[in-house]
Amino acid sequence: MAPAQELEVQQKRELENREESTIPARIFLPNTDIFETEDALTVVMEMPGVNREHLDVTVEDDVLSVASRIDFTKYANLQPVYTEYNVGHYRRSFNLAPNSFDEHRISAEMKDGVLTLTLPKAERVKPRRIPLK
Amino acid sequence: MAFADPFDVLFRFQKALDEQLDSDWLENATSGIGAFPSINVFQRGSDFVAIIELPGVSKDGIGLEVRGNTIRISGKKTVDYGGKVSMHRRERIAGNFDRTINLPVRLDPDRITADYRDGILALSLPRAESDKPKAIKIN
Repeated sequence: MAPAQELEVQQKRELENREESTIPARIFLPNTDIFETEDALTVVMEMPGVNREHLDVTVEDDVLSVASRIDFTKYANLQPVYTEYNVGHYRRSFNLAPNSFDEHRISAEMKDGVLTLTLPKAERVKPRRIPLK
Repeated sequence: MAFADPFDVLFRFQKALDEQLDSDWLENATSGIGAFPSINVFQRGSDFVAIIELPGVSKDGIGLEVRGNTIRISGKKTVDYGGKVSMHRRERIAGNFDRTINLPVRLDPDRITADYRDGILALSLPRAESDKPKAIKIN
């Protein structure tokens, strides 16, 4: 087993193409891991400060979109004196393989600022092993 | 009376955070930007609040020590999806962290409280009474 390494700081990345938005505030891309098992595609997004109520997940035209808002009223009486990172709402979308997922069976779990979305694969697109001759 | 547009308020808040990016507040202490996790420090009245983003680290995974005006945060962030997965994308990082920060104010260690919720660790750092400015009456 590889020795545990020391974590390095990850700078937040901003959402770039916001031409359709009239909002001046900065929006961030959540760090995302995506992996696949035989039965499902799982999308894991880090969005610290977000809870279930401020989360919006949609799948439309084979695009998965996630938008979430942080509650920055808790910063109301706080004056920044030293900062290393900025805060803001999150937004990200991914193009999914067409017709591969049963939209009605998508599940979402939010814990400690991490969103886990599980998209079960539609039966007919489950992988078929290709035998090697 | 005009109501503040909430996004305007957010934008101004983000600008305020930008202005204090790596500010001189830590003075020439050894602490500075770069070590994980990133910390934001705020003033609330005469006291301070430190806010740290630690998504996906369970509360039991975080160690917090305070001594004098030094705070030490350590722990382990684990990202484990089990063996039978095929990765499409990998952006989350995992590993050990151990960071010490020296604040240029004297704190009251007995009244420090810490809250971890939705991946955010918030430390309430009351200033030591002896550190607060006192009004002196002139005879």
